[in-house]
Amino acid sequence: MPNSRLGKRSADVIVIGGGVMGCASAYRLSAEGLSVIVLERDEICAGASGRNAGGVRQSARDVRELPLAIYAVKNIWPTLGEELGVDTEYVQKGNLRLGRTEAHLEKLRMSVTENTEAGLDLLMVTGTEAREICPYMSEEVIGASWCPTDGYANPLLTTFGYYRRALDNKAIFITGITVTGLGKAGGALRKVYTDDGVFEADRVVLCAGYHSRAIANTVGIDIPVEREDEEVFVTEQLPPMFDQVLGTADADFYGHRTKHGSFLLGGVSGLQHFTSNHDGHPADAYTAPSLSRAIIGFFPVFADVKIIRSWSGHFDACADGVPVISNVEEVPGLTIACAFTGHGFGISPAVSLAIKELVTVGESRAIDVSELRYDRFRAKQ
Amino acid sequence: MPVIVREKAEKPFVPKPDDDLLVCRCEEVTKGDIREAVHAGLRTFGEVKRYSRVGMGLCQGQTCQRLVRHIIASELGIAIDGVGRVKGRAPMEPVIMKELALSRRDSKGVDDYAE
Repeated sequence: MPNSRLGKRSADVIVIGGGVMGCASAYRLSAEGLSVIVLERDEICAGASGRNAGGVRQSARDVRELPLAIYAVKNIWPTLGEELGVDTEYVQKGNLRLGRTEAHLEKLRMSVTENTEAGLDLLMVTGTEAREICPYMSEEVIGASWCPTDGYANPLLTTFGYYRRALDNKAIFITGITVTGLGKAGGALRKVYTDDGVFEADRVVLCAGYHSRAIANTVGIDIPVEREDEEVFVTEQLPPMFDQVLGTADADFYGHRTKHGSFLLGGVSGLQHFTSNHDGHPADAYTAPSLSRAIIGFFPVFADVKIIRSWSGHFDACADGVPVISNVEEVPGLTIACAFTGHGFGISPAVSLAIKELVTVGESRAIDVSELRYDRFRAKQ
Repeated sequence: MPVIVREKAEKPFVPKPDDDLLVCRCEEVTKGDIREAVHAGLRTFGEVKRYSRVGMGLCQGQTCQRLVRHIIASELGIAIDGVGRVKGRAPMEPVIMKELALSRRDSKGVDDYAE
């Protein structure tokens, strides 16, 4: 039975998902004077936004999503904390992507060439040059890509910052409610079905991470995403060592030091598709030891550092590794933003701008998202 | 997870004389920090934790959890059961990374510490 204490059940826009994408979209749309209701099945910042290492990275991105990353770093991240009234802990001290073999360097060179052609300022450095930037890394590192304008931020405070600003703008958030499907009326999207009754809106923004697929399926749209699990370590607080964000050519691990003093170091075992029980507790016995060996291999200094906590989470890995940010022609009124494949947070301020324009003017004008359409997926034959 | 409707707080935040009271010693979070987080729109232990770092430190909330839940519940005027709990994260006590690195699990699922 629908619950009357939920109050208002219709709005100009319903946003599905209370992560960083949903909170940022709610903030931008409500700032336009639109009435917004956000529906979230868990609590605010509970999914991939709350289990997130916070990279704000442009380098090594697929060129189809690179414009979002460059735009966010150039135009939004430097002043976002001020705009939201929170400390986003944004630090822009560069990203080193490390290689230990000639094959790694080849991979890094290809990515540097692609990114440079797409307008990003980055370069290859030798192992010695990389150790001048970050003196703690092992002699085994023989080269790296170096993007000085990359950085990191705090995904929790950023998400809650957007949430608070959206509340200030009179957006309503309902948590603990599960969207079960969408429904059309007169050829356009109109209804949002939940486990607690029906909501109605002129426009719906679907940014529910992995769960977006099942919801979009109810109006005949399928985005090929899989659930992928990752784990992150939190170390004890350490004295300042270096501020660069680290990654490797083979994605052995990634991480950085936080403002708080802990390092966040994350990654996968390579067996994660086959070892996780997928029941909401995706930590497994392979990942923590594998990740520890990877980290110590590149940074011997971490061997004696204490891990005080770890967390696991999952994200929506897309068939072609980049998100869907698009209006849906067959379902007028529906805007989809999902399939971020584990690297959505850094671009979220720009994605929310694209979402706002897709909703209000029908196309993304400030940033080119034309390569991120929902209907780009094709079978092999 | 109970259904919670969130709208902007109409009343301004009112400081209290004991707001400086240290509640989470590991992360140095005060009673006032928790009350302000609730006033800012955070409604569950998980949200207050992510926002204020309460319970994220060495003891993972094992010391302060009860107190934090009471403060959140009293600030919201709800029963303590509606607040949720802190979730424990592995490892339950700090572990040195090289020790974890020595743990190997082969394809039969047997741990091998021989290295």
